[in-house]
Amino acid sequence: MSSLSLTQAINAGLRQAMEDDPKVVLMGEDIGTLGGVFRVTDGLMKDFGSHRVIDTPLAESAIIGTAVGLAYRGFRPVCEIQFDGFIYPGFDQIVSQVAKLHARTHGKVRMPLTIRVPFGGGIGSPEHHSESPEAYFVHTSGLRVISPSNPQDAYTMLRQAIASDDPVLYFEPKRRYHAKGDVELNAPLSAAPPMGAALVAEPGTDVTLVAYGPLVRTALDAASAARADGISIEVIDLRSLSPVDYAPIMESVRRTGRLVVTHEAGKTLGMGAEIAATITERCFNYLESAPVRVTGFDIPYPPSKLEKHHLPDLDRMLDGVDRALGRPNSQTGMED
Amino acid sequence: MTQTRHEPTGQAAMKMHQLITADGTRVHDELLDPFVQDVDRDALISLYRDMVVVRRIDVEATALQRQGQLALWPPMLGQEASQVGSVHAMDQDDFIFPTYRENGVAYLRGAKFPGIMGTWRGNMNTGWDPYQLNMATPQIIIGSQTLHATGYAMGIAMEGRETLAIAYLGDGATSQGDVHESMVFAASFQAPVIFFCQNNHWAISEPVGLQSAVPIAGRAQGYGIPGLQVDGNDVLAVLAAVRWAARRARTGGGPSFIEAVTYRMGPHTTADDPTRYRGVTELEEWAAKDPLSRLRTHLANAGMLDDAAQAGIEAEADAVAAELRDACINMPDPEPMTVFDDIYAEDHSVLDREREQYRRYLASFEGQLGAGQQVQGSAS
Ligand SMILES: Cc1ncc(C[n+]2csc(CCOP(=O)(O)OP(=O)(O)O)c2C)c(N)n1
Repeated sequence: MSSLSLTQAINAGLRQAMEDDPKVVLMGEDIGTLGGVFRVTDGLMKDFGSHRVIDTPLAESAIIGTAVGLAYRGFRPVCEIQFDGFIYPGFDQIVSQVAKLHARTHGKVRMPLTIRVPFGGGIGSPEHHSESPEAYFVHTSGLRVISPSNPQDAYTMLRQAIASDDPVLYFEPKRRYHAKGDVELNAPLSAAPPMGAALVAEPGTDVTLVAYGPLVRTALDAASAARADGISIEVIDLRSLSPVDYAPIMESVRRTGRLVVTHEAGKTLGMGAEIAATITERCFNYLESAPVRVTGFDIPYPPSKLEKHHLPDLDRMLDGVDRALGRPNSQTGMED
Repeated sequence: MTQTRHEPTGQAAMKMHQLITADGTRVHDELLDPFVQDVDRDALISLYRDMVVVRRIDVEATALQRQGQLALWPPMLGQEASQVGSVHAMDQDDFIFPTYRENGVAYLRGAKFPGIMGTWRGNMNTGWDPYQLNMATPQIIIGSQTLHATGYAMGIAMEGRETLAIAYLGDGATSQGDVHESMVFAASFQAPVIFFCQNNHWAISEPVGLQSAVPIAGRAQGYGIPGLQVDGNDVLAVLAAVRWAARRARTGGGPSFIEAVTYRMGPHTTADDPTRYRGVTELEEWAAKDPLSRLRTHLANAGMLDDAAQAGIEAEADAVAAELRDACINMPDPEPMTVFDDIYAEDHSVLDREREQYRRYLASFEGQLGAGQQVQGSAS
């Protein structure tokens, strides 16, 4: 057991995957000598050489598109997109090619790409550095989308992603990059929860609060704060956004009768919409109140001095919990 | 596979146009000389003054970032001649499409300090009205602005006007698909656009040789666009080169590509640590080619700049820096509800509801919603 930050855990996961399989190659901007702008790939070029840790020219479409070719050739590329907001130049390759090649070739061609994306806000960055683009990829079939919330998951889920024969978008909660946690480095992957599993991060009985990535920590803090008020929140860490592991959410909602989903991305057509709709369809008779979404606003990410208003914090989550519980809340009395 | 980092050998292979050498000597260049015939003592002094001022702005902003007053700053140290020379070649109705680093250009175009600093303090995205300055919002997405500039220039061509658009870009940007597509369009439609590439040798940690195996200006040729390489630390040469391209644009000659060979002497941004990827000798070599000192030497040797004039310019720069510091430190935080402003030009019902919900949420803290109001009606 080692105490590692989330970045160190990802670094350890990359290192392990590269040691395990010589076909694993890393590609991205500034990932070599610099070790990435967040130092996630620190030291890897030194140890594995520049043919396996490839500083690419500055072109996201080319990073993903050439990874497609490498995958055709039997490699397992791990692409780093430097920041969330820079994935869009590579979007066409991801949704038109990476996602569809397995189906288009009737399963003959595998696309075992892992695309690492530091995502989300809360770090005081300028435009294009704090986005939550996960829904675009969740909406695209053929891709798997995951987001770890702690160092242990960061380590194992990354290794699972690289080992997967499906393309995986791996969204790293960058505002949690420096958060430390215990990581079991040597346990076999087979002993870990599956990459696609949702897990109960904290058990509770009154309300089910679903979060992922950067907001799991906030949700756990909200649960502690609510406990002081005599409210018991069950926090579920979604971990996998595509596919969503509904079994533990349904099991939880059947007990609590109430659902709150939270994320930093805008509300419209986000993960919250999907989960609320699915739980309503599948657990309608168990629900005591309408599912509630506590999300970012439907706005372009605001300048950093305003981001605290856009991002769901502990108080906004608790306000959402109050709505689910029918307690007085900020929206009480809102007509429509 | 071996990774190739081409040495920027191509730089030697192409003629680099220059008018003032690193030691301040005025040399002649057949192509560029005709474009600076009118540059007299006053014009030279004003180029020099502007370089001193934008360097002072840059140094002050870097200090403000270190003091926690700015979230981030992209230093331009070393690139003053490229920024000042190029903007001096523009007319006010020529439209500029910058990157995030053109803060010197923005200042000389007339952007004010709360605006320039607001972006980097995190208060606002763009600190000026693009139509008032004829200068687009700073672009962080690498290369995108080259398409915008080309489209703007296509519009100019359709209207038959004698103005132009200029896109600033870095050497790293030349790897992006957008940049290649913009050159295709610019050539296809003979758009009056100038691609002004500041080759500052680094794209964060990546050397220019990783982006291009040939001189960057040489690439343009393949699209049918004339490419010119100019000493980007020589303000007079930059002025002349951009005037050359501007005349082509205004007279129906279509697009041009200029590679200004310069050097980013500071970090990429204040979040960057260049000691991880570049050696000190490289920095020393480039410090010897400093754009300010060469023009100062040239002016002093020609008896055009005495100590008093120099002191006057320094004082002017200090005053600008003081103004900048003041504007930055006294900038109020934006009002919370402004997060909903200007998302759409027309009302949007979903956003209207979110705005109202958040107004109520904030009010619930201030106790502005009375208890009576809170219990009425049903939760939504
Ligand atoms: C599409 C995109 N990818 C990546 C980035 C991250 N990034 C910001 S600046 C930069 C280097 C740019 O280098 P260059 O074009 O040479 O301009 P310079 O900063 O040196 O002026 C990178 C990779 C970005 N802003 N946009």
